[in-house]
Amino acid sequence: MKKTIITVVGKDTVGIIAGVCTYLAENKINILDISQTIVQGYFNMMMIVDRTGSEKPFKETAEDLEKLGEKIGVIIKCQREDIFNSMHRI
Amino acid sequence: MLNIWEVAETNKMIEKENLDVRTITLGISLLDCIDSDLKLLNEKIYNKIYNAAKNLVSVGDDIGAEFGIPIVNKRISVTPIALIGGAACKTPDDFVGIAHTLDKVAKEVGVNFIGGYSALVSKGMTKADELLIRSIPKALANTERVCSSINLGSTKTGINMDAVRLMGDIVKETAEYTKDRDSLGCAKLVVFCNAPDDNPFMAGAFHGVTEEDYIINVGVSGPGVVKTALEKVRGESFEVLCETIKKTAFKVTRVGQLVAKEASKRMGVPFGIVDLSLAPTPAIGDSVADILCEMGLEYAGAPGTTAALALLNDQVKKGGVMASSYVGGLSGAFIPVSEDQGMINAVVAGALTLEKLEAMTCVCSVGLDMIAIPGDTKATTISGIIADELAIGMINQKTTAVRIIPVIGKDVGETVMFGGLLGYAPVMPVNKFSCDAFVNRGGRIPAPIHSFKN
Repeated sequence: MKKTIITVVGKDTVGIIAGVCTYLAENKINILDISQTIVQGYFNMMMIVDRTGSEKPFKETAEDLEKLGEKIGVIIKCQREDIFNSMHRI
Repeated sequence: MLNIWEVAETNKMIEKENLDVRTITLGISLLDCIDSDLKLLNEKIYNKIYNAAKNLVSVGDDIGAEFGIPIVNKRISVTPIALIGGAACKTPDDFVGIAHTLDKVAKEVGVNFIGGYSALVSKGMTKADELLIRSIPKALANTERVCSSINLGSTKTGINMDAVRLMGDIVKETAEYTKDRDSLGCAKLVVFCNAPDDNPFMAGAFHGVTEEDYIINVGVSGPGVVKTALEKVRGESFEVLCETIKKTAFKVTRVGQLVAKEASKRMGVPFGIVDLSLAPTPAIGDSVADILCEMGLEYAGAPGTTAALALLNDQVKKGGVMASSYVGGLSGAFIPVSEDQGMINAVVAGALTLEKLEAMTCVCSVGLDMIAIPGDTKATTISGIIADELAIGMINQKTTAVRIIPVIGKDVGETVMFGGLLGYAPVMPVNKFSCDAFVNRGGRIPAPIHSFKN
């Protein structure tokens, strides 16, 4: 499994989750977990996804999501899970 | 499973607190390039480095993109060139030719620095060592990315005072050769006591003869992360302070370990070490001095600074050691002046002097680093400063180094701009009294008594 973390941060607006999920579905990226919260009026979302079924290289997916973020007006980052695991799990 | 707060913490460190991987340094042995034909030697060096490092920059960038962490520098270190060029080089200019080859290949593969224009002369100089040392001013003036380091002493051998004396002249000459650029050449020249074989940081990186053909060494950084963590424990006891630094250092180092393993896998090159150093940059919020201030000092250099730095250095190691399978290099807090905004502020405020910096180097890595001094400082005085610093390393069985810049044409109170990661520095005053008769004695200082452990 190629677990990847997608984070979305920005001003809350209609259709953020829908926009991201649509992109993921179109690219055969499976969502394993979603958590979301609003901190001081800012929308914070984290998704754990599995890229095994996707044919797109990592870099392209990350760039697509970044562009999508610009369109919606939020910042979308896509990172391999390993960096968080190594920092927060012994 | 990871939660949103953990993910947010990591990304905050990267985006707001300047957490980054400072350097991936590819060590390359050039021992098999040795040839008595100078032209052939240069060709072999170029080809070996080019073939080994052609993917280094793209691999580094890919890893950075996938993990979402900046990998600031991709660099190369090579076997000390005095060893490699000894058979072919008959004049200093022959060595300068090798420097040009190194510079050319560094540009070709896209690394910003290549280290290893070096000689190891802690006990004595061979003919080749001396030729290389004498070629340094010209080599550094005529190349852009080559870094030079000379090991002048060690706990096991004592200090080679003939070489220390010579390096005083060489530092001055290097400053003269690059006086049109604020004596920038000296920023690429460092002298050591107890130089490590696997240091990934410039200007002192070289690929030691104890190493294998290729190796990946990684240097992490995160002064801003430590500082932010400490903001949350203001007024708490030393126990809380130390625990906070340790935990933060652990997290920072784990990222370095991950990147090092990944780079090693993708390059097909063994993983060497992670260097645990806290390396500052001139960027705001990326300062070691700011950490000292956060601990409770008005400025770096105030009474208590040495204790604060000792504590910081030790806790960074304690936290970092468990986070990496192999730790090496310099591993400690760096206290360069020009590369750290907090240190610059302290000098400008009059809180930090050369003498206090010397005291600070007793308890951290590495030494007097990126310090601008008046251009009319005598060569013998520079040798004296070097000898003092090396004595600290020799007696305390640690690495110490000197990278000072006598800025030709400038005096105390003026400022020097080096640009980029090298930053800017106020010219600092130097003790005016002479040490000529001492450094001109010749010979070497014997190894200290506690080095005889066999």
